[in-house]
Amino acid sequence: MTAIEEKQRHTERPPDPGRPPAVLIGGSTFGTVTDQIASTVLSRKTPLFWWIVFAAGLGLLTCLLIAVWFLFYVGVGMFGIEIPNAWGFAITNFVWWIGIGHAGTLISAILLLLNQSWRNSINRFAEAMTIFAVACAGMFPILHLGRPWVFYWLIPYPNTMTIQPQFRSPLVWDIFAVSTYATVSIVFWYLGMIPDIATLRDQSKSRFAYFCYGVLALGWRGASRHWRFHETASLLLAGLATPLVLSVHTVVSFDFTISILPGWHSTIFPPYFVAGAIFSGFAMVLVLAIPLRAVYGLHNLITERHLNNCAKVMLGTGLVLAYTYAIEPFTAWYSGSPFEMFMIHNRATGPYAWSYWGVVAANVVAPQLLWFRRCRVNPKPLFAVSIVILIGMWLERYMIIISSLHRDFLPSSWSNFIATLTDNAALYGSIGLFTVLFLLFVRFLPMISMYEVKELLPFSRPDGRSVK
Amino acid sequence: MRQPTDPTFVPLAALSAHPRQWRSLEEREGVVAEDIPLQSEFSQEDRREFLRLMSASLALAGMTACTRQPTELIVPYVDPPEQTVPGHPRYYATAVPVSGIAQGVIVETHLGRPTKVEGNPDHPASLGATSVISQASVLDLYDPDRAKEITYRGDTRSWENFLLALGSMLNPLQGTGEGLHILTETVTSPCLGAQIEAVLAQFPRAQWHQWEPAGSHSVSAGARMAFGRPVNTYYRLADADAVLALDSDFLACGPAATRYARDFMDRRRRGDRLDMNRLYSVESSMTSTGGKADHRLPLRYSEIEAFAGAVARGVGVPDTATAGEAPNAQWVDAVVQDLAAHRGSSAVIPGDWQPPAVHALASRINTALGNVGKTVIHTAPVEVQPVDQLESLRDLGNALDAGSVAVLLILGGNPVYNAPADFAFARLLGQAKNTIHVASHHNETSAYCQWHVPESHVFEDWGDTRSFDGTVTILQPLIYPLYRSHSHLEVLEALVNQPARTSREILNAYWMGKKPARDFESWWRQSLHDGFIADSALPEITVAPVPSPPGAAVSAAPAGGLELSFRPDPYVHDGRYSNLGWLMELPRPMTKLAWDNAVLLSPRTAERLGFPNQQRVTIQRGGMRVDASVWIQPGHPDESATVHLGFGRSRAGSVGNNAGFNAYLLRTSSALWSAGGVQLTKTAPHYPLATTQMHQSMDDRPVAISADIEHYRQNPDFVRPLENAPERGESLYPPWAYTGYAWGMSIDLTACVGCNACVVACQAENNIPVVGKGQVLAAREMHWLRIDTYYQGDPENPAVHFQPVPCMQCENAPCELVCPVHATAHSSDGLNDMTYNRCVGTRYCSNNCPYKVRRFNFFLYQDWYTETLKLQRNPDVTVRSRGVMEKCTYCVQRIREAEIRAKVEDRAIRDGEVQTACQQACPTQAIVFGDINQRANRVAQLKAEKLNYALLAELNTRPRTTYLAELRNPNPALNTEHGG
Amino acid sequence: MALALIFALWAGAMIVRSPYETRQNEPREQPVPFSHEHHAGGLGIDCRYCHTTVETSSFANIPATKICMNCHSQMWAASPTLEPVRESYLTGRSIAWTRVHDLPGFVYFNHSIHIHKGIGCSTCHGRVDQMPLTWQAESLRMQWCLDCHRNPARYVRPVDKIFAMDYQPPPDQLMLGQRLVREYNIHSLTSCSTCHR
Repeated sequence: MTAIEEKQRHTERPPDPGRPPAVLIGGSTFGTVTDQIASTVLSRKTPLFWWIVFAAGLGLLTCLLIAVWFLFYVGVGMFGIEIPNAWGFAITNFVWWIGIGHAGTLISAILLLLNQSWRNSINRFAEAMTIFAVACAGMFPILHLGRPWVFYWLIPYPNTMTIQPQFRSPLVWDIFAVSTYATVSIVFWYLGMIPDIATLRDQSKSRFAYFCYGVLALGWRGASRHWRFHETASLLLAGLATPLVLSVHTVVSFDFTISILPGWHSTIFPPYFVAGAIFSGFAMVLVLAIPLRAVYGLHNLITERHLNNCAKVMLGTGLVLAYTYAIEPFTAWYSGSPFEMFMIHNRATGPYAWSYWGVVAANVVAPQLLWFRRCRVNPKPLFAVSIVILIGMWLERYMIIISSLHRDFLPSSWSNFIATLTDNAALYGSIGLFTVLFLLFVRFLPMISMYEVKELLPFSRPDGRSVK
Repeated sequence: MRQPTDPTFVPLAALSAHPRQWRSLEEREGVVAEDIPLQSEFSQEDRREFLRLMSASLALAGMTACTRQPTELIVPYVDPPEQTVPGHPRYYATAVPVSGIAQGVIVETHLGRPTKVEGNPDHPASLGATSVISQASVLDLYDPDRAKEITYRGDTRSWENFLLALGSMLNPLQGTGEGLHILTETVTSPCLGAQIEAVLAQFPRAQWHQWEPAGSHSVSAGARMAFGRPVNTYYRLADADAVLALDSDFLACGPAATRYARDFMDRRRRGDRLDMNRLYSVESSMTSTGGKADHRLPLRYSEIEAFAGAVARGVGVPDTATAGEAPNAQWVDAVVQDLAAHRGSSAVIPGDWQPPAVHALASRINTALGNVGKTVIHTAPVEVQPVDQLESLRDLGNALDAGSVAVLLILGGNPVYNAPADFAFARLLGQAKNTIHVASHHNETSAYCQWHVPESHVFEDWGDTRSFDGTVTILQPLIYPLYRSHSHLEVLEALVNQPARTSREILNAYWMGKKPARDFESWWRQSLHDGFIADSALPEITVAPVPSPPGAAVSAAPAGGLELSFRPDPYVHDGRYSNLGWLMELPRPMTKLAWDNAVLLSPRTAERLGFPNQQRVTIQRGGMRVDASVWIQPGHPDESATVHLGFGRSRAGSVGNNAGFNAYLLRTSSALWSAGGVQLTKTAPHYPLATTQMHQSMDDRPVAISADIEHYRQNPDFVRPLENAPERGESLYPPWAYTGYAWGMSIDLTACVGCNACVVACQAENNIPVVGKGQVLAAREMHWLRIDTYYQGDPENPAVHFQPVPCMQCENAPCELVCPVHATAHSSDGLNDMTYNRCVGTRYCSNNCPYKVRRFNFFLYQDWYTETLKLQRNPDVTVRSRGVMEKCTYCVQRIREAEIRAKVEDRAIRDGEVQTACQQACPTQAIVFGDINQRANRVAQLKAEKLNYALLAELNTRPRTTYLAELRNPNPALNTEHGG
Repeated sequence: MALALIFALWAGAMIVRSPYETRQNEPREQPVPFSHEHHAGGLGIDCRYCHTTVETSSFANIPATKICMNCHSQMWAASPTLEPVRESYLTGRSIAWTRVHDLPGFVYFNHSIHIHKGIGCSTCHGRVDQMPLTWQAESLRMQWCLDCHRNPARYVRPVDKIFAMDYQPPPDQLMLGQRLVREYNIHSLTSCSTCHR
């Protein structure tokens, strides 16, 4: 019996009801962790499930491409937008995707700083989710432009017109917010992956794989200097990313609060949006984690503990949302503005009442299930709730945009928004894009951070005990 | 997407002055119609349209690839005409005749291209303003669907071929002209009249027929009834204190409407507005006139006569016999007392479509009230030969039927489409040996004629015409004929003496005969310059009314059942303009419908028949049936329906074909204007109607503010609390000081009659595209200026408020704040500039515009391909492309032009020197524009009035466009609810 | 990689500003090789003899064939190079000149006001009197327009010097400029609608 095995046997202790479930279960060793994760990329046969979902994703992606082609060559009128409903699905999707991205950053950055080590086994694919979500989000503001080919006019650059963007406009702030967010996330993600890529390089059997991972590994040798720099860099990036979790969606919410429209012009939006973002983000994390766990048999790495914690976060942010929904009618009444009061009333009883009540059902009622531990640790109901929440959050953005636009100040200009085929193609197409990107990630990169999981193993810790 | 909206209702800031309001009728009934399929899936747009958009967009994508200018050519004159300065437009006076009766206009031309029509300030029918149709006449000139070649059975022929053929047609008539028939529309042109007489002189047995489908048939018949002779009647409303409109839309429809509206509103706003005239309107369908009336009484078409009779008896017209007793005695008494109180300063105006008996009665009432010679003027007829046109057309029908027509020459018109249905004119045409059609378009009638000769547009050739008071205008060409077209003068000339003279020679010769030879040239030039012949108005005559034999003046009561009345469309008239996109897309004043006519029903009747709005129905009258869609019109009399003529054409052209339904199919010689015993039965499929304003109530919001004059007298400041504007100081930023010019606009809601002349003028001036029905359905119309029509009060007879809404040019413009690329920014003189070529199309500005006056090019709406349409464009305004926002700029091109002119002359711009297109076109001068920094300027003075208010002022947008609240003058004796 | 990107951007910027894009300093082929150098420089014919509307209109017109023939019916009446002119005059068909100064369609420039406010021909068109074949002397980029619109004092000259091709701004141009700006009451117009309508 080697020393290591010796140590491990010590770590086996009877489950203690008083404690939360373990972060990791089963006797993982450095070796098993590496094999388990690296093999999904290198040796193990791609599961049928992967192929089916990938095909579906490609199908949707095709719809997106067709929609984009129409939008660029025929005109943005292919969307259902009109006057007064000049914004529709495109902006809804943008806000929705950006929101989803937030969970990844929160997990990877904030939880890292808070030393929440349970995050280690989910942060990698959560970050990937962030990046792909931002990619989907970033696409929509350009798609919804009347003249997408001059989108770069929103970016400040020296030009022969000596005209710069109009910095009072929230849309310009968006450009900065989103591009910063994308950059930091990508760097953080890639940096975090380098040691694992190096592992893949070393484990790879084909020359081609060896070459590719070799290039990506940037000559990582695992020397202690490397590790030290890597540690510092991660902490610094985490520090950078942390404010972004709050700032990005705050800026996005300014798109609405800066305008004078009843239902948009509101100071509660920033916290409201951030909470919503984390809410939907964790829902997406679970929607991704639960199948991965099942398909790739990661129960030992993504444990009930993770499901439980994510569920708790959703419950908390869900309550924040419930509060904002409740406070909106009050502020409307308190403002004394007839337009505000009408907007609230119309939102709940008007032509788009269905979206409002849908939101309440999905974002306020559904999460209440999460009070029950059984729902929190049991994948099936948790998965269902997460899906419902994702839909609810999309509806919320739709409700905010349309219910304010379709009935504004002058009754003469009122009219109703009706989505077109193109609208739907773009929405579902973006989901397709996300799916495809994510599956490729799962297939070719380590979906779970090997070295960070290893950090949780007893013998990589001073007390020699695995983390609780 | 425009949809019937939800049935909910929240009482907002309740206004004591306002009775309870309601939303559009769907909402009252809580009905929600099924979704309309959206055009952008090309369920509405056809394939070609799609491809057109495609190719365009590809081209655009290509263009953006690089900024390098392609090589352009400059082609100067060889020998420039006098006074032509490239870059400076020139203006010519002429006139636009509609149904033969003209409005004097001044046409702007750029290097020989007529681009814009303005009113002629000196012409009695214009006084500087224009009608909707005059504005659109320039588009008619460039209509790509005009006939381009002389054709014989569809094959192209030369003018010489035609002359030869004509000769061989006329030879067999051995000079007598036996079997030669000429069919014209109403002819007021003295010269053309002389031509026809010349023809009749050469061919004594030839016959001249006239047919004007929407002409003033019953007016002249009524005159014969009342005076025993044809008489032309018009009104001097500037002197009328009390006006009774008997089913007349005199403020918005008819050849003199522009003038009437101006006179009426001048009188209404006399002094400090406290001495208003009063308008009673009794009408069988909701019209602008009814909407502006102080009291409005909806009556069925057939009940109007009884009402008129009662009024006649009331004012003491001897031996008045009328069908039935008058409904609503209280009303009659009030009207009678008011009229009697204003003997000599009142007017009773019957509608053109009312039966002769009503016209006769009106004449007698006016005579009895001593209005004749004061507010009611009689002259000799303006027509060259006033005939009973219906009989005249019937004669032709009989002649055709008898096969005795050797040569039928149709000068203009479209009888196959618009002759009474019972004449079956298409079949009759086959009976003629030779048929020649002279018309601008190859229309329904041309299809049944052997020869078709393209008719020159009124801007392309010489001619003359008369206006409502007989004033003669010499029509001068503004552009060389675009196609191989000829004027009526030339064609008639070909009948009498070949080789033919040109129309100029004919015209010259005619007027030389009329005027002294000496200084003829100067007289001629003067007349051309002025746009009319000095004192050519017909002299006033006094006519003695012939006593009416008892019972003679009673028109037959129509059969029971649902009553159907026919009206000419306010814009496309009898259908002759239904290929003009501007007019088809112009929302009708009351219904706000574009691209379609509909069966107008009262809410109660629709309920009884179980029709929701837009229900597709079959209209059945005897053997005749037509499919149409129902539109529920508040204020429409019960148990009657109104349909408008001029739609459902099959050969109007690419724009007008198959838009709406053809009401002529139900119109017979026995029932020209109204028919009884009509059935409406539900039918499929759903046929959506495109409206530009789904929601016609104000929801208790102080939008179009109005009050009774009494309320105003007691409480002159009633507008302030409703306006509720924040103080200047409340803004965080220091206010910008506007030194120099500060442009502003004032719109008088009392004066606006909702005629839409401003809207189409704006469209012509600013190169605004036509988007088509599919896009209007999708709430994507492009009009920079719109007129909102609000209903208030009892849906059976609501008060109506018109509110023109251009860009408000806010000083604190919400749109500017949110544009990411500075595409919309404020100018130093307070304009809210829109730089199209900088716009990237985020549409954020539109979201943030509380007035929703910004318009977006969702597709490539502008026609970049049709050459003739390019000629019409205003060279001083950018032609917008796909994906950019656009909006009203106070016609900034005119402002800048004036600024430069003033600077070059080193002076300041004078008040009234810059007129916006809408202001210039407005018949009632409801719109006033100018520099508000100069206290003396008219606009500044209007803004200082107590009635002045800013729309949505509480948002602190500081709009430069403000409104003068509407005042009404109801009769205390009739203290029913507002408008009732 | 970043460097490559930066270089690409820089190169793009250079191309956009290059004479290739702006067509600056590029003598343009004309149906008749008309020489301003000869007519304006050599013979000293005033600009307005041919460009008659420059003072009154937005558009400084290209002379009609008739104006050419005023002289060329006598001078060089047989010269083969002038054949197109004579042909145009006889047939009445215009000569199609190649446009040298071509602003985009959405820019509205007005000659008359600039002339009256003291902007000389040569300020924008360069030394036309030294151009054998005419070319565009300035970039005509918005940047270039704003350069003057934002601070006219640097370019205005006395109105009596407008048509002087050899005018040299005095050393104290700024002083002079500021004085003239006041005299001619020039407002630096930088509202969008000054040029875009």
